[in-house]
Amino acid sequence: MSGASGQQEYDVIVVGSGAGGGMSALILSIAGLKVLMLEAGRHYDPVTETPMFNLPKEAPLRGASTPDKPFGFYDATIDGGWQVPGEPYTQASREPQQRFDWWRARMLGGRTNHWGRISLRNGEYDFKPYSRDGLGFDWPINYADLAPYYDKTEMLIGVYGETGHGLENTPDSPEGILQPAPKPRAYELLAKKSCDELNIPVIPAHLAILSQRQDHTRLPAKLFPNSELGQKVVANSMQSRAACFWATPCGRGCSIKANFQSTTVLIPPALATGNLTIITDAMVREVTLNKAGKADGVIYIDKNSRQEVKVKGRAVVVAASAAETARIFLNSRSPLFPDGIANSSGLVGKYLMDTVGAGVGGQIPALENLPPMNEDGSSGMHLYQPWWLYKQQKAGKLNFARGYHIEMSGGRGMPGAGAFGGLQSFTEGAYGADFKQACRRYYGTFVHFDGRGEMIPNENSYAELDPTVVDQWGIPVLKFHWQWSEHEINQAAHMQKTFADIITGMGGKVTSNIETDGRKAIMNGGAIIHEVGGTIMGADRKKSVLNQHCQAWDVPNLFVADGAPFASNADKNPTLTILALAWRTSDYIVEQFKQRNI
Amino acid sequence: MADDNYNSSNTNLKRRDALKLLATAAVSIPVLGMAGHAAAVTAKTKGAELIYRPTDPDMLKPVVPWSMTLTLTQAELDDLAVLADIIIPADAQSPSAASLGAQHFINEWVSAPYPQQKADLVLVRGGLVWLNGEAKKRFGKAFAKLSTAEQRQICDDICYEPKAAANLKHGARFFAKVRDLTATAFYTTEPGMADIGYIGNKPMANFDGPSDEVLRKLKLKS
Repeated sequence: MSGASGQQEYDVIVVGSGAGGGMSALILSIAGLKVLMLEAGRHYDPVTETPMFNLPKEAPLRGASTPDKPFGFYDATIDGGWQVPGEPYTQASREPQQRFDWWRARMLGGRTNHWGRISLRNGEYDFKPYSRDGLGFDWPINYADLAPYYDKTEMLIGVYGETGHGLENTPDSPEGILQPAPKPRAYELLAKKSCDELNIPVIPAHLAILSQRQDHTRLPAKLFPNSELGQKVVANSMQSRAACFWATPCGRGCSIKANFQSTTVLIPPALATGNLTIITDAMVREVTLNKAGKADGVIYIDKNSRQEVKVKGRAVVVAASAAETARIFLNSRSPLFPDGIANSSGLVGKYLMDTVGAGVGGQIPALENLPPMNEDGSSGMHLYQPWWLYKQQKAGKLNFARGYHIEMSGGRGMPGAGAFGGLQSFTEGAYGADFKQACRRYYGTFVHFDGRGEMIPNENSYAELDPTVVDQWGIPVLKFHWQWSEHEINQAAHMQKTFADIITGMGGKVTSNIETDGRKAIMNGGAIIHEVGGTIMGADRKKSVLNQHCQAWDVPNLFVADGAPFASNADKNPTLTILALAWRTSDYIVEQFKQRNI
Repeated sequence: MADDNYNSSNTNLKRRDALKLLATAAVSIPVLGMAGHAAAVTAKTKGAELIYRPTDPDMLKPVVPWSMTLTLTQAELDDLAVLADIIIPADAQSPSAASLGAQHFINEWVSAPYPQQKADLVLVRGGLVWLNGEAKKRFGKAFAKLSTAEQRQICDDICYEPKAAANLKHGARFFAKVRDLTATAFYTTEPGMADIGYIGNKPMANFDGPSDEVLRKLKLKS
């Protein structure tokens, strides 16, 4: 279909096929709009391509991480990672603290194929952080605006969890929306006991994994009450998905569609409407502008022919991933917008954010020599710890302004490359029969706690076009600038101390260095792969790129549907909010078409 | 689908059976109204071309996606087999590491084109030269020809770097690398997984959580 360009005018061109692009394509095509989706990577089908039960020993290097497959051989990410061959990006500084590591996935469905499936709602505070503590920016919407879309998104994609906890700034989903949470694993219960003593709440995690099959008779009518087509395609899609069978890692993708991937949950029903066309291997360079100052299409490079192609659309939705979206905007230069499309504020590329990450490991003697048990579970966490020190923070008792939640891992997982690599410090270098015995004893006794915390947007963390470097498609690349503030650095130090306390409370031994200097604990910018911001939304067109509908202030038929509109980056993992926001934006676009504003 | 076809009696399925079941489940799932579209509208699938790259390997039928020449000599492989069996010997519960091919895995590892593996190649090859030199210096014979007691005498001196003598620290780093690679080789096989009691990677109807016995041992239940 790559040859079809240039002739037809589509109603909407969607750039990107991940969470934001997939959701936009589904909602717009159900509404009857003719949609063209452009994806920079290849077509990808999890149903036929996922190595579900394959063992490490069947893979090169037993599945170990390599620069070509950084999360291991079986990770769903293809043609992606921290570097993409032929598609460089640059750093403004050589200082490690000032790096931004950019994970990309050039494939249909993007990063939704391997993501962690953690699906937490932003709370009321998270939309109005500036109003609470004077830092960063408020969103131009509040929790109530997005809550109905969180409800619908959770019903559509399937999220397990539990409701009714009533914790501060940790919204409960209404009854009847979440799927049942799986039972906790042994080490998770042990961690809960320790956290109970420390007054750290531990509740069922919310993950986009079906713990039971979706109710395809009830849900479609709730999601699309006014669309027979919507009900039909979504009911069929739900029927095609199986429940989790509590085996195989979600990060490989899921051939039975039990977890959420854009490629299994959004794109198939969108295609089934008959209103969606997808062109893969289409590397978008710029959004084009007509004489009236409206977007009229997109220019992409067809990676197979290495030729430029122009496609026309009445509206353009960019959802290429936050930094890539900013790159496309900056590269869309015209007499009207010499610094990039919709950039009259000068803020395109600014206020790039990631999540604060720091972790601590421990070894728990109580878990030694337990009888064999299957702890694969959902492959993600069953319990987690939401942020709990809101009152102390408000009272000024902490030296950082925003919170973090805790993600824990451990247990008797499948041994892979590197298995028992760290054991020598526990055994003073055992080998022979002693080593074998030690492996039996220590297997499944290691736990790890990772903090995932809010980063406050700042002036020194942004992306701009590198003035000299282009990629192999001839497109100018991004240069990243990065700087953590004291808030993030102090938060990372707080994580370290907290996790050490939890491990000690479990009767365990901390196996990491506990850093009191957060600079030594905090991971690189970008490392958590929660890249958001870059075309932030706001209530003032001088201080933001997008309005409350994720519509460009300067170009009314140009929208953004990925993480780039985020005005803050709460500790909650961004994907669920990207999905909900993209749905809300798509409803607005449909309304604009109906009112003939586009 | 999965829920209907699996019940708790299936949880002891062998992997092959599980794959078969999975294939059945996948085929029987109706994909109404989209299969045709997907085929028609995508610009290119790699299917017919079968061009795999290191960044896009065939994950279902894995082959080494880089052009690989195995580097180590037969003599080096023989020495590594001896060392692997010293590190993970056979016992009543499971076979030895070399009998499961640990030395060949190490060869695959050090022959890979990535920086980590290239560094490990130098460490392992250099270490083997040193090990045989050390054996000759102490006992007048190559390492493989030594008695078990003599071999252990050298291994005891290099099995833990923090306690190794200053002039043996590099030997300890070599030993630690071989131990790590041997452990990976052994514990990623079915006998290795069985040895430590890994019983997952099986489809199950329910996730039941820990047993009462485990909860009692952890003092999570009286």
